[in-house]
Amino acid sequence: MSEPVLEVEDLRVDLRTPRGTAHVVNGLSYTVGRGETVAVVGESGSGKSVSVLALLGLLPSRTATVTGRAALQGEDLLTMSKNRLREVRGPGVGMVFQDPMTSLNPVLTIGRQLAEAVRAHGESSKAAARERAVDLLREVGLPDPDRAVDRYPHQLSGGMRQRVIIAIALANSPALLIADEATTALDVTVQAQIIELVDRLQEDHGTGVVWITHDLGVVAGIADRVLVMYGGRCVEDGTVDDVLERPAHPYTRGLLGALPDLAEETGDGEVPDLATVPGVPPPPTDLPEGCVFWPRCPVRSDPRCETEQPPLDLVGGPLLTKGDGLPHRAATWCREGDDRWT
Amino acid sequence: MGGYLLRRVGQAAVVLVGVSVVVFGLLQLVPGDPIRLALGTRFSQETYDALLERSGLDQPVLQQYVTWAGNALTGDLGVSFRSGEPVTQLVLERLPATLTLAFASILVALLIAVPLGTLSALRPRSVVDRGATVLSQFGISVPDFWMAIVLILIFAGTLGWLPSGGYVPLTEDPLGWLQRLILPAIVTGVVSGSVITRFVRSSVLEVLGQDHVRTAQAKGMATRQVLGWHVLRNALLPLVTVTGVQLAYLLSGVVVVEIVFAWPGLGQLALQSVQARDYPVLQGAVLLFALVFLVINLVVDLLYSVIDPRIARR
Amino acid sequence: MTGQPYPEPAASPTATEAGREPSLRPARPRWRETLGLLARNPTAAGAATVLVLVALVAVFDQQLAPEGPNEISVEDRLQPPSTEHWFGTDDLGRDVLSRIILGASVSLRVGFTAVGIALVVGTLIGLLAGYYGKWVDDVLMRFMDVIFAFPAVLLAIAVLAVRGPGPTNTAIAIAVVYVPIFARVTRASVLGVREEVYVRASRSVGASDLRLLTRHILPNAAPPIIVQTSISLAFAVLAEAALSFLGLGTQPPNPSWGLMLAEGRGYIELAWWIAFFPGMAIFLVVLCFNLLGDGLRDVLDPRQRTAMGGGR
Repeated sequence: MSEPVLEVEDLRVDLRTPRGTAHVVNGLSYTVGRGETVAVVGESGSGKSVSVLALLGLLPSRTATVTGRAALQGEDLLTMSKNRLREVRGPGVGMVFQDPMTSLNPVLTIGRQLAEAVRAHGESSKAAARERAVDLLREVGLPDPDRAVDRYPHQLSGGMRQRVIIAIALANSPALLIADEATTALDVTVQAQIIELVDRLQEDHGTGVVWITHDLGVVAGIADRVLVMYGGRCVEDGTVDDVLERPAHPYTRGLLGALPDLAEETGDGEVPDLATVPGVPPPPTDLPEGCVFWPRCPVRSDPRCETEQPPLDLVGGPLLTKGDGLPHRAATWCREGDDRWT
Repeated sequence: MGGYLLRRVGQAAVVLVGVSVVVFGLLQLVPGDPIRLALGTRFSQETYDALLERSGLDQPVLQQYVTWAGNALTGDLGVSFRSGEPVTQLVLERLPATLTLAFASILVALLIAVPLGTLSALRPRSVVDRGATVLSQFGISVPDFWMAIVLILIFAGTLGWLPSGGYVPLTEDPLGWLQRLILPAIVTGVVSGSVITRFVRSSVLEVLGQDHVRTAQAKGMATRQVLGWHVLRNALLPLVTVTGVQLAYLLSGVVVVEIVFAWPGLGQLALQSVQARDYPVLQGAVLLFALVFLVINLVVDLLYSVIDPRIARR
Repeated sequence: MTGQPYPEPAASPTATEAGREPSLRPARPRWRETLGLLARNPTAAGAATVLVLVALVAVFDQQLAPEGPNEISVEDRLQPPSTEHWFGTDDLGRDVLSRIILGASVSLRVGFTAVGIALVVGTLIGLLAGYYGKWVDDVLMRFMDVIFAFPAVLLAIAVLAVRGPGPTNTAIAIAVVYVPIFARVTRASVLGVREEVYVRASRSVGASDLRLLTRHILPNAAPPIIVQTSISLAFAVLAEAALSFLGLGTQPPNPSWGLMLAEGRGYIELAWWIAFFPGMAIFLVVLCFNLLGDGLRDVLDPRQRTAMGGGR
């Protein structure tokens, strides 16, 4: 692995809500290398979106408290000045949001919105910015980019809008691209196109990618490494192969147990119901003592489950860690060999 | 775009026909003989006959309406029962003063509402926000004629800075025109501005929470630019329609304020014609007010469709 | 919500209730709940208290007023506020406080009558327009647009010019102005609930239009109408004062706040209290109705209610 683009250490986010303080992210650590894709997986409410919004200072400052360290190419995002942070947004980190229908300003042409991204970071001439906008649209595969620049968002399909948003995110060749549920709102064929697009751009530019999703099918197709989030914590991380084929945390196993066979096409394009882990995530205002997952855990094999949060430890040992040397870790008291663990 | 325009104009035309029926009906609803009421006790039979002939009140109602509406379309609204002057001329003389006051009031309202509403939205629950909420609540609740009297007392009476009322044409005395415009415009503007402030606040708050604002921030734009181009532009779009609705209230305020400030507009004319039982003049003033409302509203709607690309191309 | 791996917590109590028993009326009047929430909103509760006090004053005005409305006393004319005349006396030596107390019933009676008429007529029109749609909607709402095209006060002036002054005609004139507003609010609200599950369910089991309208649609469309009623009361009181001020509403020598203002206007530099205190009375009542309306909106707004109930 080359020098990391992003190093997140012990990230914690508290949000003040009318119902008390919500501990949304509770000590998250991970790294993203150059050209590497890390998928952050979890159900809604697991804190995955908040954890990346916090990196860019996009949470409401009146209610959010962010601690920890998040170094982008060695520079801590969490302590930098507002002005420096503004400079980093764009050239440092590009971001693609979930809903292409609402993520673009409805009353400005897409060309203008692209040009803004370019002009916010140095380029001063309007004509040059427009030219760059056309180039970017061409790069993300928008048909007829010369005319498309003058269109308004509502004149484009969802997939095309998401391409525009990706173009905006890539306008300043960021070192890191964060995609927050970037394909969730799109239908399956468009999803595949967008994933392919990000894959290609990543190869061309060597961008590090954080891909946030709850869709394990997407993860398998795109990620190098996977981080499973639950209750604002990382409960398991490792390479795609390790996590998807040899899941060690009961939660991950629950998610995967419901995963339809990847080779098997679901005819109607509907994502089948993945809810095989009964119950809902704990409210971040009222996290359980002990392991965050124990109230829903089907195993609960250890007396410490209800009293002590398990640390993120290496799984299995050398036998299960394949030759690439990347660690596979899980935060659970359950271990292989337990008779209830099958 | 063309279709939209045509539909809006068509709707306005339908409403205008309805307006004409209501205005025409006013005279029909007067109990007794409106000409006799207007002329009082001392009049010659010739005057009476001439007015009856001119107003056509002895004809069947439907025919009266057709004649009246036909004449109105050609710009003939009959003659005053009192002076015998053409109503059209009487009301058109008053129109510029009313329009001046109406536009000045809108200007004052927006100058209050946009900055105050935006500031409140940017710092919800702050001192500025709470202050603005209290002020706008006061502005909505204060009787406009009372505020007018108090302002006259302070600025014309005690301080002696401004005249207490009246009107001079802009072309004759620009300074005097402005001096006499300030207080009436402030009174109507403050009331409408208070309503619009609350609207701007909620509108800006809503836009601030929208995803595209986050996109704009995420691409590294300066806060000032995000506010100006992304937030305000979106937030002020619906404001255009609200200003249209506000116009009805604003014009209503203009009627009252004109009377208190002796501003020689349509509102003052309307009240004078009521007092004089000069019904054709009242009809003319009411009709013209409705026409002003419809035209401004139509312009506002079309303006809206020009600013908002989503409507223009529907 | 196909992409969600786990079902979200139930969105709103209404939704689940409606889903479980579609034939039941989902929103029973939650008067107690509403009042409870309102009581916890200090501004609205304060405004309601003041309004109740004003209403009591209006009811017991004869007992409360220190002097009769038209007790003229030349030697007492234009007296500034004092312990004897709290709000001073006017140009005829009449006690301003007494006249304000006696004027309260006029203002409130005209206001309530006007809003009552506008509420009944406007709601009916809005219900029909929203429920039947199509040409019924077009005709009714275009008619409302026509009334809306006239500046409110001017239309009221015109109605009074035709029908003559006086409290009843004033109430009618103000009602005419407010009918379109109630019609619009009701129609918008009806459109919102018309396609709800419980309405469609009742329709599918053959409930009559009348039953649907009165048992299902109206109760669920009511919150915005209630809010509008409070706000309209504010403006009706204001409009009565304005019309009386212009000499078209309540006629002298009856005490009315707007009329007192008009009478005091000529003495404003000599005796500010004659016009000032009636103005304050109007302002106070209008402000309280507006604040109450705001409080009701906060309480009755379904979005806010679900936000309090739980779920994110």
